[in-house]
This record gives sequence, structure tokens and C-alpha cells, in this order.
Amino acid sequence: MSELEQRGDRTPIPSAWEYAPAPESREIVELRERYGLFVGGEFVEPRSGEYYTTLDPAQEEPLAEVPQAGPDDIRLAVETAREAYDNGWSAAPAAERAKYLFRIARILQERSREFAVLESLNGGKPIRESRDVDLPLAAAHFFYYAGWADKLEYAFPNRRPRPLGVAGQIIPWNFPLLMLAWKIAPALAGGNTVVLKPAETTPLTALHFGDVLRQAELPPGVVNIVTGDGRAGAALVKSDVEKIAFTGSTEVGKAIQRELAGTGKKLTLELGGKAANIIFDDAALDQAVEGIVNGIYFNQGHVCCAGSRLLVQESIYEPVIEKLKRRLTTLRVGDPLDKNTDVGAINSRQQLDKIEELVAAGKNEGAEIYQPPCRLPEKGYWFAPTVFTNVAQSYRIAQEEIFGPVLSVLTFRTPDEAVEKANNTPYGLSAGVWTEKGSRILWMAERLQAGVIWANTYNRFDPASPFGGYKESGFGREGGRHGLEPYLEFEGAEAFGG
Amino acid sequence: MPSSEGYTQPMAQAPALPTGFELPLEPRLPRIGAVDQVAVEARATDLSRRSIKREAKLFALDLAVRMMDLTTLEGADTPGKVAALASKAIRPDPSDSSIPSVAAVCVYPNLVQPAKERVAGTGVKVASVATAFPSGQSPTDLKVAEARRVVELGADEVDMVIDRGAFLAGRYAKVYDEIVQVKEAAHPSHLKVILEVGELGTYDNVRRASLLAIAAGADFIKTSTGKLSSSATLPVTLVMLEAIRDVFEETGRRVGMKPAGGIRNAKQSVQTLVLVHETLGLDWLTPDLFRFGASSLLNDVLMQIRKEKTGRYQSPEYFTLD
Repeated sequence: MSELEQRGDRTPIPSAWEYAPAPESREIVELRERYGLFVGGEFVEPRSGEYYTTLDPAQEEPLAEVPQAGPDDIRLAVETAREAYDNGWSAAPAAERAKYLFRIARILQERSREFAVLESLNGGKPIRESRDVDLPLAAAHFFYYAGWADKLEYAFPNRRPRPLGVAGQIIPWNFPLLMLAWKIAPALAGGNTVVLKPAETTPLTALHFGDVLRQAELPPGVVNIVTGDGRAGAALVKSDVEKIAFTGSTEVGKAIQRELAGTGKKLTLELGGKAANIIFDDAALDQAVEGIVNGIYFNQGHVCCAGSRLLVQESIYEPVIEKLKRRLTTLRVGDPLDKNTDVGAINSRQQLDKIEELVAAGKNEGAEIYQPPCRLPEKGYWFAPTVFTNVAQSYRIAQEEIFGPVLSVLTFRTPDEAVEKANNTPYGLSAGVWTEKGSRILWMAERLQAGVIWANTYNRFDPASPFGGYKESGFGREGGRHGLEPYLEFEGAEAFGG
Repeated sequence: MPSSEGYTQPMAQAPALPTGFELPLEPRLPRIGAVDQVAVEARATDLSRRSIKREAKLFALDLAVRMMDLTTLEGADTPGKVAALASKAIRPDPSDSSIPSVAAVCVYPNLVQPAKERVAGTGVKVASVATAFPSGQSPTDLKVAEARRVVELGADEVDMVIDRGAFLAGRYAKVYDEIVQVKEAAHPSHLKVILEVGELGTYDNVRRASLLAIAAGADFIKTSTGKLSSSATLPVTLVMLEAIRDVFEETGRRVGMKPAGGIRNAKQSVQTLVLVHETLGLDWLTPDLFRFGASSLLNDVLMQIRKEKTGRYQSPEYFTLD
């Protein structure tokens, strides 16, 4: 028990209340030493013969060896997907497709704890998030699109939707399983088959998902999972697919768009962001501070729609910053598998380097940095939650996406100025508005150039709600009927010039 | 001094800023402020998911006992019943002498003297309700007189109720003045002000009532009388703790908080303590600034302590009812 300090004639006040470690057990995950590619319903050795090691970023410990898919492997996977499409999947009754999607959703729910632990282990995010956000949402996406699979004519009345064929999908490392669900569910619901490449640093939940597909008895070849670094992704982009769906950095997104120009392949891109979280002086302050914290420290800031710029009305600047700094001292940074951890590990050495570089730039440019006292573990990739005040719009930390737990604070005076500053960025993925005034929420929503706008909340997702960006945050939407559309072609579209 | 005949001002006045809260000269946060319901409930839920085990849990359970106001507020209370309660308050678990006494017993005015006799010489305080508890629907002068009387009878602490009728009718100045008068009458005993959150309707109102009670001199703000079905939920507790935090940050004054009613088991009490810990910090983790108003909670806490210490759950038969 903690020691009590005596204080005169007052009842002793404790000197500390340490929460005992509350680790979620790793036992539930059966890691293999070495994985194969999931092609044609089986785990197969890569033709390239190459493997690489994937790590646990919290300990820098190796977890397993996974294949580096070479051009032949990609070609085989695409051919397999095409065969599966031609020989059964495209002609299968829609209710059959729905059946498999429902099964997958159900199995994910049943194996939820296992996948949550694996996601935290391989990616670094707190178990509380993978358990309470990633897994439930992933299952929800499969349930949602299972419902649409046999109702496409109702989703697009009079447009006679048809599947495209084979979709190549490339996903990032920040929400590995969830991004997989966002991609695979609508593709399958539309009647397509898939070759999916998870991110280099987070292949494991995607590979274990292959096991879920076998459990669901999904016809072999309908979904294929190929692992590897950027080279595998590039090969997939160039391969004989009808569609590419990419979520990742703006830079790579642009490269893909250039590569696909003139090929007739369809493309959707979900790229980066530098979202403004806008706090007006009539906002519910304590809750707004929670919203700020959730906006940028959730998932260590590895979120494309993160509220990385705080735009606070100047008249309440001081109280908000005071409350924010105080709130940061109660954030618990540590072992992702501890149920009490709020902020986990940075996903990779590479990302940590990038964060450190931009934070150094911020300091050089003259911004003021605040970090709460934090005991960071010795091994692993860690960065303390950070706030920069005195930030000018032109600083790199206000313009470039840091993709880490780093917040830049700017002020505004009027709603017009808030809109101006919020929109003054090449990105346009998301924004947050905090005010008690309903009319102002609607007014701001009309003017903000962001694909997703949250009012008095942040980072809320639902499979029925379309997600995607304006400007350099990409094009196309995921979720809702809008998320189905990119995976379909519409007969008679020529007649309407579409 | 306001007339003791009660108030005849017209209803639904603009809310008066209570004295003691001057209009700030520099641009500062709007003092009263608002609370977002969805967000505060989400925050309370998040905090309730903290995993508190082993030593951390024992620490919390021990605190919970030391912070308890063991309560009986029934028409059928007798000196005998109160004597038994007081004995339990002093020595909650006869088989474990390491379990501390609770903070106080809380009773109706007529039972103050028997309670006082029973706890004499121990550290346990006697708290009495007053001011036409639980409704508060009585003329001000009578309520003030009742408060004065229970202090004369020996109560160390007075738990008053605010006039919710006046509050909901917008007559905040009346609510405020009443608290000021009761505080004066209760001196030197300390004053807890019961807001009866279940009747206030919104979190915004809970925050306003909290700030108003504090401005009027409350030593503690308390959620409920325990006589309504809806009482101390985690979000409501959080709203009150945040109001207390704002007052402390701006003035340095520390006000205590007491959730009453609705906390029936040890788990809920630990969750509440997590809320206090992460909102107000260690300084509030003391019976001087935090109490649980409870009756059945104590036995569940004792059972959990026994389980943490021995590794096994004991049957409820082994814990005395009082």
C-alpha cells in the first residue's frame, strides 16, 4: 500500500495512487514463426523466396517472419483472384455473397480478443483502443456491407450496378485490421474479388484474417493477402486489376495516380490530413479539452483525420491551454497491452524519426513546446504527448502532417477567420467544431472544406457514414452507399455520360 | 438582509450572478459555462474502464471505508437502530481490526443525540440532514432554524437541501440567499449542500447549481437525498468534480464532494474514486474532501477487501447488517 503523508491535524493525504499493471495476456494469440502468403485459400510460400521480420514496436522484439511478395507472387495472386471471379464469385447469387460477409463478421466478433491483442502487439496501439474501437468497427463494416450485398439495385436504383472484377487494395499501418475491413467488405459486397497488401510493418492481423476466411469457408481465391514493402504495392498497382484502392500518404497516392493515368483502371485514394479542431468561446470547455485530447492523442496521433491543429478562439485561449496541459499529465503512456494505457508506442523507427524531425523544426521555427512529465520505457519507439503553442500558420508543424502525438495550437478571433485558417491547407479530410450554438455548427459545416466534420465530438466512425477527403486528402468515399460505388460499374452509364 | 417572510419577487428573473463571483475584467472563460452531455458521458465511461487490481484496489477500498457516511434516513428510525448503525460505523468488520472506522453517520435531527452518545470518543462524526429534508419545500426561516437546532443537538456536519422549486423557476438569488443563511446558522459545523441532481434535469443545471452552492459557502456539494430513484451517476459526479476544479483553479478554495444514492457496490465506489483521482488529483482523496453517502455499500466493500486479502469471497452471512 502507498505511504500516507501526515499533514498537521488534517486526515493524511496519500502521496500516490499507482494503478497496478493490468496486462492483457498474449497467450490468446498463436503466433507462427513464419507465415506464407494467403493465396487461393491457402498459405503458400512466396515464389520470391524472400522474407522479412516484423516487430513489436513497444519492445523492438521480432514477432515473426513474413513474406516479401515479389512480382511473380503478385501476378499469381491477381490471376487467382481473376479465376475466382470468373469461375463462380461474379455469378454467385448475391445472397451467397451476403452469407460469407455475415460469417466473417460473426467470426471476427468471436475472435475479437485474439485480434485485438495481436493488433496491439504488432502495431503499438493501446489494447483499450483495439478492443473497444478497432475490432467492433471492423466487424460492424462486414455486417453493414453484408446487408447491402443482395440489395445493390436498391442502393443504386435504375443504374444497374455490376462488379468491376479484381480489386487491388493497399492499406496503411495505423488501423491495420479496420482498414482491411473498410476495403474488403464493400469490394466483396459488390461482387468483386480482392488482392490486398497490408502495410509493411503491420502484416499480422491481415495474415490471421486469412484464417478467418478459411473458417468462413469463403471460396478460395476470392480474397488474397500478399505481404511486403512498397515494392509489392507498386507491383500490385501495375498488375492486371480493374481497380486500385489506396489509403496512405499523399505522396504515394500521387505516385499511384500518375502510374494509373491512361490505363482505364479505377482509383480511390484516402490520403493525409491536417485537420483543424476549432474551439469557440461558448464551447463546453472540459468536454472540448477531452475532444482535443481524443483528436490528436488517440492512436498516438497516427490518424489521417487527427485534429492536429487546435484553432482556439483567442478569448478563451488561456483557460483552454491550462486545462489541456493539466489533462496531459493524466495521460498514461506505456505498454500497449496494459488495459490502463492511453497512449501506446510509435509504430516504427521510421515514423519516430519523422516525428522527431518535425518537432525539432517546430522548436527551431520558434514555437513553444510543452510535454507532460512521462516515464518512457527504455526499449521500443516512444514519443511523449506534445503541444506546441505560439505557432504561426506558416510553420512546418502547422502545414505538414506529423502523424504523431503532436498538437499545434493557433488562435482565431471570429468565425470567418476560423473558417479561413481551417481551410488554408492543401488537405481537406476532416475538422471538428466545438460550440454550444447549433446555428454556428451548421454555418461552419457549410463553409469548412473537409469531407468529415464533427460537432462537439471527434473521431467517431460508423460504417453507414461515408468517410473521405477533399483536395489533397484524396477522392472517393468509404462507408455507406458511397463506399460501394467505387467497386461497381453501372450499365447504361454511357447514356448518361458517366 | 432579505425578509424572512419568503420571496415575493416575480418569477423567472434573469439569473443573478451570485456575489463572490465578480464579472471578470479581463477576457476569461465564461464563468458558468456549459456541459456537453454526450462527451461527458463518454468521458465517464472511459474512466470507468480503468483496470484497478490488487494493491491499487485495496488502496481504493480502504479509502472508500474511511470516506463513508453511513446513513439511515427513515421515518422508522429509533435510538436502537441508530446505536447499531453507529457501532458498525466505528468497527465495520469485527473480525478484522485493520479495517478503519468510517467517516460519519448520517441521521435525521431527532436521532442526532443518540448517535452522538454512541460515537463519543471515536473519530466518527455525526452528520444530520436539515432544511425540510428531502423536499426543501418549507419557509426559509423554519429551515434555517432547523439547521441551527441540529448543531445545538450536537451535529458535526449539516446536510442541507437546496430549494429545487426556486431553482427551476429561475429564482437563483433565493436559492443562494437560503444557503448563505443556513451556512451562518450551521457554524461551526461544516455544511454539505444537496443539489438533488435527479430533479435538475440537465448537466448544465447541475454545473450551475454546483457553482451557486459553492459561491454561497458550501463546504461540500452533494448529489442527492437518496430518496429519488435517480441519483449519483458517474457523469453527474464528473460534472460536479469539474465545477470544483474550476473553483479551485480560480480561487484556491477547496470544496468537497459527496455522491449519495446509486453507489451500491465496491466496483462503483472504485470507479468513482478513479474519477476523483484523475479529475482533482490526490489532494481530494481524503474524507475531508470526499465522502460516499451509503448504507449497503459498506458490506460490499468489506467483502471485496476480504477477497483481496484472502483470495476468496466470503458469504454475505459473515458480514453484519449493522
